[in-house]
Amino acid sequence: MAGDGTVVGLPRTSGALVPLRREEWEPESELHDPRLSDVDEWGRSENIRALVRRLYDPIYRQWFRAEWDGLEKIPTEGGALIVANHAGAIPSDAPVIMHGIESELGRPVYGMADHFFKGLPLVGTMWSRGGGVAAHPENAYRLLREQGQLALVFPEGTKGPGKLYSERYRLRRFGRGGFVEIAMRAGVPVVPIAVVGAEESMPILWKSGALARILGVPYVPLTANMLMFGPLGLLAYFPSKFRLKVLDPVTFDVPPDQERYSRSRVMDHAEQIRLDLQETIYEMLRQRRSIWFG
Amino acid sequence: MGKRVLITGLGSFWGGRMAQALEADPDVEHIIGLDVTEPQVPLERTEYVRADQSYSILSRIVKATQVDTIVHTFLVVDSTRVSGRALHETNVIGTMNLLAAAGAEESSVRHIIVKSSALVYGSSREDPAWFRESMTRVHPPRTRVERSLTEVEDYLRDFADDNPHVVVTLLRFTNVLGTDIVTPISQALEHRVAPAILGFDPLMQFVEEDDVIRCLKFVFDRQLPGVYNVAGDGRIPWSEVAHICEARVVPALPPVLTGTVADTLAALRVMDLPPELLDLLRYGRGVDNRKLKQAGFRYTYTSAGAVECFARARRLRRTIGESRPAYRYERDVEQFFRRSPAVVHRHEG
Repeated sequence: MAGDGTVVGLPRTSGALVPLRREEWEPESELHDPRLSDVDEWGRSENIRALVRRLYDPIYRQWFRAEWDGLEKIPTEGGALIVANHAGAIPSDAPVIMHGIESELGRPVYGMADHFFKGLPLVGTMWSRGGGVAAHPENAYRLLREQGQLALVFPEGTKGPGKLYSERYRLRRFGRGGFVEIAMRAGVPVVPIAVVGAEESMPILWKSGALARILGVPYVPLTANMLMFGPLGLLAYFPSKFRLKVLDPVTFDVPPDQERYSRSRVMDHAEQIRLDLQETIYEMLRQRRSIWFG
Repeated sequence: MGKRVLITGLGSFWGGRMAQALEADPDVEHIIGLDVTEPQVPLERTEYVRADQSYSILSRIVKATQVDTIVHTFLVVDSTRVSGRALHETNVIGTMNLLAAAGAEESSVRHIIVKSSALVYGSSREDPAWFRESMTRVHPPRTRVERSLTEVEDYLRDFADDNPHVVVTLLRFTNVLGTDIVTPISQALEHRVAPAILGFDPLMQFVEEDDVIRCLKFVFDRQLPGVYNVAGDGRIPWSEVAHICEARVVPALPPVLTGTVADTLAALRVMDLPPELLDLLRYGRGVDNRKLKQAGFRYTYTSAGAVECFARARRLRRTIGESRPAYRYERDVEQFFRRSPAVVHRHEG
């Protein structure tokens, strides 16, 4: 852990992040490389990320008052696939998790999300500069196995944030367990994080399937925030108290780099992780006295 | 006995450069170059044969010259240069004729090198950050040049299956920048302003022009079979590319109706941005270059290094204008140097 615990600059050399583990198949390039910015091969800029952290820190500390339990379970080096439950019309959990790990542990987190973002003008570019990566299995493999980075995925996909407030904290299906297969192939652990607070920060009261189909977006929500603040409600979160609990890392007893893994085994692991996460969330809700004060 | 090489597209930038590289190799005994246009660079011992667009005389030449290697640099990857029909004729029909000649019974051909393009991977929202050689594009090809290159690669794959005694090398080059080459991207960067799509700053990858020739020569020397991506290390944002070139990015293209606006700009002769470049300016593309490196190839420039080469040449052009000495192919002069008994040939003997 580096720095004073507030905003931590991540280690850099000549503008690029120091890879945490250098694999033998990628010898260091000796070539003259006249770069002018620090945008890495994923489109992430550590300078922009540091700026985002500085701006986001008050929201993280004062607005959501995020509190972690078990942060020490997140590996301080080597690749790991972080998975979490996903909620809020415009999910507030991803920035909280990324900000928390980056500022507390001083190592970057690549937030993987649907390639939908990549197609959005401006948003897609900012998302990419701020550490977002399209959720492609090849991208995840390269990040985890070859570069030993932390990658964050939400196995529920858009079904998590797209659910109504009445269904809050009930985990959706974890896709087809692709995240487990990626972790197996990359030979890294899965680290589940249970998040409480995101659901109430931007609850969906109603949604339009027809409008979503016309616009080609995952869902078109009407949020409680919009009712209160009008269109500004798309940006304004409610100040719900965030609690995050890191579960024990899950490792898989299979060799990495296989072409494919047993479907049933992948599904079993995925379902087990989902159940553990669900049970942890229920336990956290049992202990929660107030949405706003935790 | 030395190698006997046939180069297609001798009049193109790459064909001419490759012929020069082969002329410097004492192991290469004969170089025959085909093209519809005359060579653009001075050549010492390469024999130039004028061909029609689809290379129908190719089988006669292969039979007559007994070449063992064909370097196919004639594929058109820049759709602003030729019409759609000519593109199909050159790329698809030309390659079919070439493969027919090389696969004919008692053919002397043992090695075929094809210079294809990373355009075969396309550029789309759903792409991985890096394409490996074994991966295929996400969406079916939309543009003519991409369609024709995909067809060429299919033919080549069939040919390799049917002719196991022939070494087939397929090279997929990413966008090239360098001192001399002129492409739609180099033209877009030539001026003080570089066009961009509003709200997009894609990650681009480049290979330097000398690295392209070194790579062609490398696979020629090693007789390396298989498919290889050729691209410099690293990906850089388009805004940084423009920055290195001392140009200012102007988001003149809207994120919607991009093609329509680009067509209008082309019609007004402001700038010609082909559809495949518009995709690239939106999503970028990365190809994994490690397979060729593992085979032993060493690049001399990174992606950013290639951009810098271009930027340096551009500065010189700004000061002194076009610096390349003009060369004109004169048939009689060339024939004299190659045929006259009075000329002393150093490389023979």
